[in-house]
Amino acid sequence: MTDSLCGNLTWDSIMLVKAWKDPNVNNLITAGAAAMIPVGALMVPLLLLWTGWWRPLFRDWLASVDHKKIGVLYIALAVVMLFRGVVEGTLMRLHHATALHGGVLSPDHFNQLFTTHGTTMIFFVAMPLITGLMNVVIPLQLGARDVAYPRLNQIGFWLTASGGFLITISLLIGQFATGGWSAYPAYTGSIFSPGVGVDYWLLSVGLSGIGSTLSGVNFAVTLYKLRAPGMTFMRMPLFLWTSLCVSILLVLIMPPLTVACITLGLDRYLGFHFYTNDLGGNLMNFINLFWMFGHPEVYILALPAYGVMSEVASTFSAKRLYGYPSIVVATMCIAVLSFLVWLHHFFTMGQSALVNAVFGIATLIIAIPTGMKVYDWLATLWRGRIRFTTPMIYLCGFLVLFVIGGLTGIILANPTIDFQVHNSLFLVAHFHNVIIPGVVFGMLAGLHYWFPKVFGFRLLESWGRTTAWLWIVGFSVTFFPLYVAGLMGMRRRAVDYADPAIQPYMIVAAIGSLILCLAFLALLGTILRSILLRKQLAVPLGDPWDARTLEWATPCPPPEYNFAVLPEVTARDAFWEAKENGTAYAPVEKYEDIHLPPPTYYGLWIGAFASVLGFAVVWHIGWLSLLGLLGSIAVPIAYALLPYREIILPAAEVQKQDEAWRCAARETDGVTRDEEAHATNRGLAKPDELEIEFAAAER
Amino acid sequence: MFVSVFHLLATAGNYLEPVGPIAGTERAHLIKVIWVSMIAIGPALLATPLILWRYRRSNARAAYTPKWEGNRLLEIIMWGVPIAVVTWLSLHIWKSTHQLDPYRPLAEEAITVQVVGLDWKWLFLYPDQGVALVDELIVPEGQAVHLILTTDTVMQSLQIPALAGQMYAMPGMTTHQWFFAGLPGETRGFNAQFTGLGFSKQEFVVKTVTQAGFEEAMASMQSAPPLDEATYSKLAERGTPTETKLALGISTDATLRFRLAEPQLFARVLGRYHTGQPLASEAQPGSADYRAEAAALPAAMNTMPMHHHHD
Ligand code: HEM
Ligand SMILES: [Cu+2]
Repeated sequence: MTDSLCGNLTWDSIMLVKAWKDPNVNNLITAGAAAMIPVGALMVPLLLLWTGWWRPLFRDWLASVDHKKIGVLYIALAVVMLFRGVVEGTLMRLHHATALHGGVLSPDHFNQLFTTHGTTMIFFVAMPLITGLMNVVIPLQLGARDVAYPRLNQIGFWLTASGGFLITISLLIGQFATGGWSAYPAYTGSIFSPGVGVDYWLLSVGLSGIGSTLSGVNFAVTLYKLRAPGMTFMRMPLFLWTSLCVSILLVLIMPPLTVACITLGLDRYLGFHFYTNDLGGNLMNFINLFWMFGHPEVYILALPAYGVMSEVASTFSAKRLYGYPSIVVATMCIAVLSFLVWLHHFFTMGQSALVNAVFGIATLIIAIPTGMKVYDWLATLWRGRIRFTTPMIYLCGFLVLFVIGGLTGIILANPTIDFQVHNSLFLVAHFHNVIIPGVVFGMLAGLHYWFPKVFGFRLLESWGRTTAWLWIVGFSVTFFPLYVAGLMGMRRRAVDYADPAIQPYMIVAAIGSLILCLAFLALLGTILRSILLRKQLAVPLGDPWDARTLEWATPCPPPEYNFAVLPEVTARDAFWEAKENGTAYAPVEKYEDIHLPPPTYYGLWIGAFASVLGFAVVWHIGWLSLLGLLGSIAVPIAYALLPYREIILPAAEVQKQDEAWRCAARETDGVTRDEEAHATNRGLAKPDELEIEFAAAER
Repeated sequence: MFVSVFHLLATAGNYLEPVGPIAGTERAHLIKVIWVSMIAIGPALLATPLILWRYRRSNARAAYTPKWEGNRLLEIIMWGVPIAVVTWLSLHIWKSTHQLDPYRPLAEEAITVQVVGLDWKWLFLYPDQGVALVDELIVPEGQAVHLILTTDTVMQSLQIPALAGQMYAMPGMTTHQWFFAGLPGETRGFNAQFTGLGFSKQEFVVKTVTQAGFEEAMASMQSAPPLDEATYSKLAERGTPTETKLALGISTDATLRFRLAEPQLFARVLGRYHTGQPLASEAQPGSADYRAEAAALPAAMNTMPMHHHHD
C-alpha cells in the first residue's frame, strides 16, 4: 500500500539501513558510496559557512547568468559525476577480473552498476562537458556578449543538475534501474522491473533531456543571431560550426528521447500499453525511438570534440587549418547522415536483408566525412611548427586511437559481422574507443586550452602532460583486451563468464582501469596544483597560446560582458589577422554603455522544484509531486511578473577597464613560443624568429 | 558443401574458431573488412607519428608553411580514398547481407526447431520429431537448420557464435535463423541480450551428431516424460538452468528432455500475447510474481500471432 505521507518510501529504502541489517559485500560497497552523500550534504554547507564562501558562491555563481560561469558549473557537475562513473567502471573491471564462474559482486549490484555507469557517463558527464564547453566558448569565439537567452541557459543547467541529483540520490535512497543505459522494455516495464529503479532512470534522463533541448535552442539562436559584425558563416571557427550542428541535433533529437521517457512512464505509472507484452504493446517502437535519439547523440558528443581538435591542431602547429571548407562540409554531412543510421543498433531484430544493407551502407558513408577530417587534421600538422603541449598530446592520442575506433565502427556497420559481435564486449570496447579518445580527450584538450581564458591562469603543463599520457595508456590497456574478449564470445552486461581463456584479458583490463583512476586523480591534481600556483601561471593579457580566434582577443579572464566593443571580423582567423596587422590591442575610439542581464535565482528555483517533483514521482508521494509541479509552474509565472531591470555599465567604466588592458598589452614585450610554459608567459605572444623569417620569405 | 573446410570435431569454438559454414563466412567478412579498411586507415596511422616527429617545433630544418590552407589535388585524394574504400565496402555489404540473411531458407529439407526463450534458459521444440529439450540443441551434421524464435518473457537474443550470429527473439512475435550444422561435436550457444539476474547463466550446448545419432536421439526421447501445458508452465518459472532443475527435483547434471505432448505448444505460447486480455504479472513468465498455477495458456489463439514480416 502506498502511504499518503511517504508514498512507497520506508526506512528500508535507505541504503545505510539496508546495509546495517544485511551487511554483505555488495550492500557495504553501496552503503560506503551512499554514505558520501549525507556526509557531503553536511560537510559542504558547513565548510561554506565556515569559510564564508557561501556568499560569493550564491552571488557570483548560482545567481549568475554569465555564460562563462554557467559553463563552468556544467563542467564542475561533469567532473563530480565523472568521479562516480570512473569508480563504477573500475569496480566492474576489478569484479570481472575475478568473475570466472562468480566474482565479488552480486548480479543485482553489477546490473545496477553498468546501468548507472552508462547513464551517468552519457547524460551527466559527456553531455554537461560538451554543453559546458560550448557555453564557455561560443559567445567568446563569436564575438558576442552572452548567449541569446541567458536565463534559459541557467534553467537548462539546473534541469540537468536536477537529473544529476536524482541519479545521485538513488544511491542512498532506493536503488537505480538495472536495464542498462538504453532501458529497453519490456524488461523495464512494471511487470519485470517493479520498484523505483526505472523510475529514477526515467526522471533523471527525462529532466536532463529537457535541459539539453533548451540548450540546443539557445545555442542555435546565438549562432544564427549574435555573430560579431563581419563574422559570416564561412568565417566561423570550426568549433562554432560543430556547435551549430550540435545545436540543431539537440533540438531535433532530444524530443524523441523525451517521448520515449514519457510513454514508458505512462506504461509504468498509469497502466498504458505502449511497450508491454500484452494488449498490442510493442517494444520495437521504444527501441526505434531510443536510437533515433541515441545515434545522433554520439555525434552530439563527438562533433564538439572534433571542433576542439581543429582549434588545437591549428593553434599548436602555428598554422592555418587545412581544408576549412572541406571540414565544414564534412561536419554538416555527418550531422545530416547521423539521422539516417539508427537502425544499425539492431540489425538483429529480424528486419529484411534489404533494410539491413541500406542502413549498413548509410553507416559506412559517415566514415567518408569522418576520414576526411582526420586527413585534414594531419594536413594541418604537416609543415607546421608543432608544440607538444597538453592539448597537442591529447590530439596525438586522439588521432591514433580514434582511428582505431573508427575501424571497429566500420566493422560493426557490416550486418553479417554485427550478428556476431553485437551485444558483446567488442561493442563495449568500440564505443569506449570512440568516446574516450574522441569525446573525453577532446573535452580534456578543450579544458586545458580554454582554462586560462576562463580563470585567468594556465594549467600546469608538466601535470597536464602526465595526465594526458595516463589517459592514453590507461585507455589502451583497459579497452583493447575487451575487443579480444568480445570476439571470444564474452557478452556485454554479463556479471560473470565460464570460459577460463577470457580471464587473462579481464585481468589486464582491470589493471588498465586502475591506470584510468590515476589519470582521473592526476586531472584533479593538475587543477589543484595549478590553483596553488595561480600567481605564476597567470596570463592576464589574454593570449597564452598565440592563438587565432576571437576569444583570445580579450583579457584572461574576460570581463562579464566579454568585449568592451564588439570586434569587427574581416577574416577567418580574426585575432591572428589582427595581430599580424598590429591592430590587436589598438586603442578604441568610442565606448558605449553595456546592458547586462541581472543575476537571478530563477534557474535554481526551477531546479529545486524539478528535483522535488522527480523525487516525489519516483516514490509515488502525491502531495509532494503536486508541490513540485505547482512550484515548477509558479516560478516562471512569478518571474514573468517581477520587474526585469538590466544592469547598465556606463561607457566610462567600460573604457577604464578596457584601456587598462590594452595599454598593458601594448607596453608588454610578450614571449615567444619557447617560453609558452614559463612563468614569463603573461598572455602576450610575440612572433618568434622563425615565423618572422617565413613571413619575410613569403613577401 | 562448405563443411569439409572445418576442423573435425570442435568441442568449443567461437566466432574466431567457427565450426560451421555460416559463421565461417562471417569470420571471413571480418578479416576482409579489416584489410580493405586499412587502405584508408593505414596511411593515417603511419603518418601521424611521422608528421608529429618531423614537424616538431625544435626541428628548424623542416619546412614550414603557416598560410597553406588547401590543395586541389590533395583534396581529391582525401575525399577520393575514403569514397573508394566505402564504395567497395558498400558493395560488399549489399552482397553479403543478402547472402547471409538469417531468414534465407538454406535448403528444401531442413530440421525445424521452434525456440522459446525463457528466463533464463532455452526451450527447443522439434515439432516434426515430437520432442523437446531444455538448453540442448541437437542437430544432424551438415544439415540445414531452421530456428523459429520467440520468447515467453522479455526480449532475448539467440546466438551460437561458432555456427551463426545472433537473432532477437521477442514475445508474441517470431523471428527466424537458418544455419548449417557442422561436423559432429559440441559448441556453445547463449542468450546475448541482457535479461536480468540469471542472464549470464543462460547458455546452452549445441550437439552436432551423425544422421544416425540424430535419429537415435529423437527416437529415445519418445519415451521421455511428456511436455504438456502443466510442465511447461512450471519450466517457465524464472530461474537459471541449475535452479530450474532443482525446482523440478532432478539432478543438476541431468538433461531435460521431453516428449512433446502438446504439439500446439509454440503457437499457444505466442497466443498468450494476443488474447486481447491484459496479462497479470502472476501470469507472465519471467516476472517475479509468476505462478505456474495462474498461467494458463490460451486454448486456441483468437488472433494470428503477429509475424515478423520478411519484406
Ligand atoms: C574511465 C574509465 C571507464 C571504465 C573503466 C569503464 C568501464 C565500463 C564497463 C566495465 C562497462 C560494462 C561493460 C559490460 O557491459 O560488461 C561499461 C559500460 C558502459 N560505459 Fe564505460 N567505462 C569507462 C568510461 C566511460 C566513459 C567516459 C563513458 C561515456 C562518456 C562510458 C560509457 C559507458 C556506457 C554507455 C556503457 C554501457 C552501459 C550499458 O551497458 O548500458 N564509459 N563501462
Ligand atoms: Cu549508432
